[in-house]
Amino acid sequence: MATNILMPALSPTMEEGTLAKWLVKEGDSVSSGDIIAEIETDKATMEFEAVDDGVIGRILVPEGTEGVKVNTPIAVLLEEGEEAGSTPDAAPEAAEAPATVPADATPTVPASAAPEATVPPMEEIPAGTSSKTQTVREALRDAMAEEMRASDDVFLMGEEVAQYQGAYKVSQGLLDEFGERRVIDTPITEHGFTGIAVGAAFAGLRPIVEFMTFNFAMQAMDQIINSAAKTRYMSGGQMNCPIVFRGPNGAAARVAAQHSQDYAAWYAHVPGLKVVQPYSAADAKGLLKSAIRDPNPVIFLENEILYGRSFEVPELDDFTVPIGRARIWREGSDVTIVSFGIGMTHALEAAEELAGEGISAEVIDLRSLRPIDYDTVLASVRKTNRCVTVEEGWPVASIGNHLSATIMQQAFDWLDAPVINVTGKDVPMPYAANLEKLALVTTAEVIEAVKSVTYRAGGL
Amino acid sequence: MAARKTSGNKAARKQPAPDVSPNISRDELIEFYRQMLLIRRFEEKAGQLYGMGVIGGFCHLYIGQEAVVVGLEATAKDGDQRVTSYRDHGHMLACGMDPKGVMAELAGRETGYSRGKGGSMHMFSKEKNFYGGHGIVAAQVPIGAGLAFADKYRGNDNVSFTYFGDGAANQGQVYETFNMASLWKLPVIFVIENNKYAMGTAMQRSTSTPDIYHRGNAFGIPGEAVDGMDVLAVKEAGEKAVAHCRAGNGPYILEMQTYRYRGHSMSDPAKYRSREEVQKVREEKDPIDHVRDLLIGGKHASEDELKAIDKEIKATVNEAAKFAQSSPEPQEAELWTDVIA
Ligand SMILES: Cc1ncc(C[n+]2csc(CCOP(=O)(O)OP(=O)(O)O)c2C)c(N)n1
Ligand SMILES: [Mg+2]
Repeated sequence: MATNILMPALSPTMEEGTLAKWLVKEGDSVSSGDIIAEIETDKATMEFEAVDDGVIGRILVPEGTEGVKVNTPIAVLLEEGEEAGSTPDAAPEAAEAPATVPADATPTVPASAAPEATVPPMEEIPAGTSSKTQTVREALRDAMAEEMRASDDVFLMGEEVAQYQGAYKVSQGLLDEFGERRVIDTPITEHGFTGIAVGAAFAGLRPIVEFMTFNFAMQAMDQIINSAAKTRYMSGGQMNCPIVFRGPNGAAARVAAQHSQDYAAWYAHVPGLKVVQPYSAADAKGLLKSAIRDPNPVIFLENEILYGRSFEVPELDDFTVPIGRARIWREGSDVTIVSFGIGMTHALEAAEELAGEGISAEVIDLRSLRPIDYDTVLASVRKTNRCVTVEEGWPVASIGNHLSATIMQQAFDWLDAPVINVTGKDVPMPYAANLEKLALVTTAEVIEAVKSVTYRAGGL
Repeated sequence: MAARKTSGNKAARKQPAPDVSPNISRDELIEFYRQMLLIRRFEEKAGQLYGMGVIGGFCHLYIGQEAVVVGLEATAKDGDQRVTSYRDHGHMLACGMDPKGVMAELAGRETGYSRGKGGSMHMFSKEKNFYGGHGIVAAQVPIGAGLAFADKYRGNDNVSFTYFGDGAANQGQVYETFNMASLWKLPVIFVIENNKYAMGTAMQRSTSTPDIYHRGNAFGIPGEAVDGMDVLAVKEAGEKAVAHCRAGNGPYILEMQTYRYRGHSMSDPAKYRSREEVQKVREEKDPIDHVRDLLIGGKHASEDELKAIDKEIKATVNEAAKFAQSSPEPQEAELWTDVIA
């Protein structure tokens, strides 16, 4: 029986791709495992293998076609001896797939090529500065490259950062430019290489340590906290540990409990560290450059889903963003929404929707979690009298909890409602698509919280 | 029925008159063929379902490495335990877990082994003494020794099969474990599945000496390298290791020389090795073709008999896929269950 060969999903976050090349033509026999096509995803070009034996009857999607949706039939596979004209009855595989599937594979927030909502003026940028559209991934790479050009003390170390160009392609091109001495592939030995990098930092170098994801930094926690964070204090200020620990943090898509944790609150808890978690590409670039120059250990929390998002990045020779300063993304008068990292997508979406309902939300991106820019948050709350915090991490001892306590102590008389913390659910991340969606923060939850603190109908 | 019991396997082992080689009967060899083929076809189907979006997240296929787990499971008895990494589908099928339940878990359905909450990398079966399915590289190594600790503590003669990769073999906790396992004579078999690559890193770029099993020397743990593409060699080495452990002599290391045909996970563009390199192994060393040649060449089975097995396996796998796809997702209330006892 003829069957359709469908456009495959080739990564946890892929929704569509380019059919770059056919390696077979109509009439060719293929056996399971043969490479039949090359497909470009957002991250890489992948080889696509036949999963059944048969003869290529018809090619339905010609090579070079862009934006082919996952699960679109791209060719017809005939059984040996079958007529070339045969067509599959009713795309049997596709029909079997349950209705929930395409949505399952979607990351929490769809990746978009277009720049995000209009970027407010940044205090760091001189008026009239031009900008270019870049993904967060490219901005991070540029920040490292610029700092590595500026100082030979800066080097990058981690798993798959060199030859593979980064597990998430953030270090693309760095090996070519800087060579093996400065872009170093490590074995899978997080505790060991973190300790080595800390030692190198004590000796005056400026290591950038990439964790393939922050989940694996738990292996290295002792070196990060006990060695990197505390040594300046323990040495009475003699020792420095100028080091950056960076990598994706938080949930990606469907990678389940051991690979989907948000560590923002964990690191923000530790004196001796600085902690940043950018949302936009400009902040990613400017903050990473500041982090590399900082004399302290800096935890730099990225997000896999944000890597592919595009934003405007100022074109300046040396653009930096100071650590410890929040940014007001959107001014408003009825409520303050405070977030950071991927939480900002929900905060901004909610604000947009609420505006349509006549609620004016001020949206603050903390950007830095240690030190926190309390002044900006408190000034806003004193203006709006209400606050909702949004983060992906777990609720207990969250960043939101800490902000609530601070607001209560320092702006109690201005509050018209209790602060609400919107967080991820208090469970390990489930694998099942429907449960994962329930575990994550949603824009609807932010809207509901805002309605609750503003005492609008439909709130809690 | 799809689920195959390890006990069936043992019955085969007891067959008299070995007629293939001194320690293998014809029936057992046929059984090896069946099991390896089940893993291969299951994994191909999983790859296909991933492409369709039925399976999400990370999915690491075991294709090419089938002989390792099938040969070793042939040396296991009831009560023995096994634990491995995220590349775990083959281990689950080989220890007799139901392909339907495994596939349903891959698809995140309530009929899966972890009720849809663990997925490909985190699956368990208390009943089959399968202790996971671990997503953190090398975390399963001390856990495997801990299973062996419990055996020693209780005074039984069970062993713990603790599988990990060539990349995992560089983690510090492996060596902390080697020391304690040897010091306390724990009945654990450290099975290093050396498939030559850790993600995109060829072993020689991550590992200071070429033979990983030599690292046991420093801790007084005996070990050997084994042709992991030859299920008979695997079984033979496994028997030796198991006997060593059951007799109370402490741990043993088996470095299985094997190869993965597919990318590290579904999203690996695999630019770090040539297509020819993969093709050469498939053509010259394929573990399933090897057994097929032994069976046909030695006239222990006819083409027709093997075709019938192929057909039966295909049906089992299709049934598993259908079961997975037609099973419901977990109930929403499941989000909050199993967090704490
Ligand atoms: C502690 C930790 N670091 C990094 C990773 C990411 N990672 C997953 S698998 C893998 C490669 C492991 O290779 P190997 O041990 O040889 O096993 P194989 O995948 O070849 O079976 C890496 C780096 C992880 N899951 N856990
Ligand atoms: Mg390996």
